[in-house]
Amino acid sequence: MSEDKNHIVPYKDHLLVLFLLISLTVITVAVTSIELGPYNTAAAMVIASVKAVIVLLYFMHLKFDNKIYKIMTTIVLMIFAAVVLITFFDYLYR
Amino acid sequence: MENTTTHHADLHRDDTAAKIGMWLFIFTEILLFGGMFIVYSVYRFRNPVAFHLAHEELSIPIGLLNTVILLVSSATVAISISAIQKSDKKVALISLMITLLLALTFLVNKYFEWGAKFEHGMYPGSELMKNLGHGDMLFFSLYFFMTGLHAVHIIVGMVLLSVSLYKVNNGAINSGRYALLENSGLYWHLVDLIWIFLFPLFYLIH
Repeated sequence: MSEDKNHIVPYKDHLLVLFLLISLTVITVAVTSIELGPYNTAAAMVIASVKAVIVLLYFMHLKFDNKIYKIMTTIVLMIFAAVVLITFFDYLYR
Repeated sequence: MENTTTHHADLHRDDTAAKIGMWLFIFTEILLFGGMFIVYSVYRFRNPVAFHLAHEELSIPIGLLNTVILLVSSATVAISISAIQKSDKKVALISLMITLLLALTFLVNKYFEWGAKFEHGMYPGSELMKNLGHGDMLFFSLYFFMTGLHAVHIIVGMVLLSVSLYKVNNGAINSGRYALLENSGLYWHLVDLIWIFLFPLFYLIH
């Protein structure tokens, strides 16, 4: 546990992650500027989720930290996903 | 978390607990903004045409610029934590100052973005907003509320990072004790995380 805590991410890795995040942002803008109908929203949300996971894992150190943080975050995100799913089903089939 | 700047080797501290506390707080923030994202999605689902037309009023270049600013500032915070772990005080200080400068730039952009709307009489409670159609009114109300609440988080993040900067400078935050910087960093990444979803939802999808 203490060696996890002292994991030092090299500067280069942060810049690499940053480059990846900016690229994904540009891709989102490009994808949404073409007409894809309902897939527009889906594509934008999928890319945003990928970016969020990258931020959580690398910038927020979930990948290197004590596992407890990763477990807690996963549980919270699953609860949120369940609420989203239930709400959408409610509105779609009401 | 300790507020004292004095060093006592025997002072009780528990960095893991402090960090778990920060994460628990972040979870409440995720659910707060998550709830608003659900409200936004449901209203968008019910007023697709109005939301589509209203979103064209927002400037994608400004939104994109602010996204890149926040992503870079997140990277510089991450770099400052790596730097303090390596006892590289100079890099830590410079990257924190860059972060604060970028945060300020974000707010200045937001000021001009909102200011332009205010000039056109578009602000919460204005005559123009009241006379808008139901869907447009919902879009702009949610836009002002969600980006406004996000801007409040930027300001809080700037305060936390300024305190961290001060403490890195006077040595209270160092390679053996950097929980405050780490937790402020987590908060800053949360602000970035929220914007990652705000940007496509308001500016991009149609």
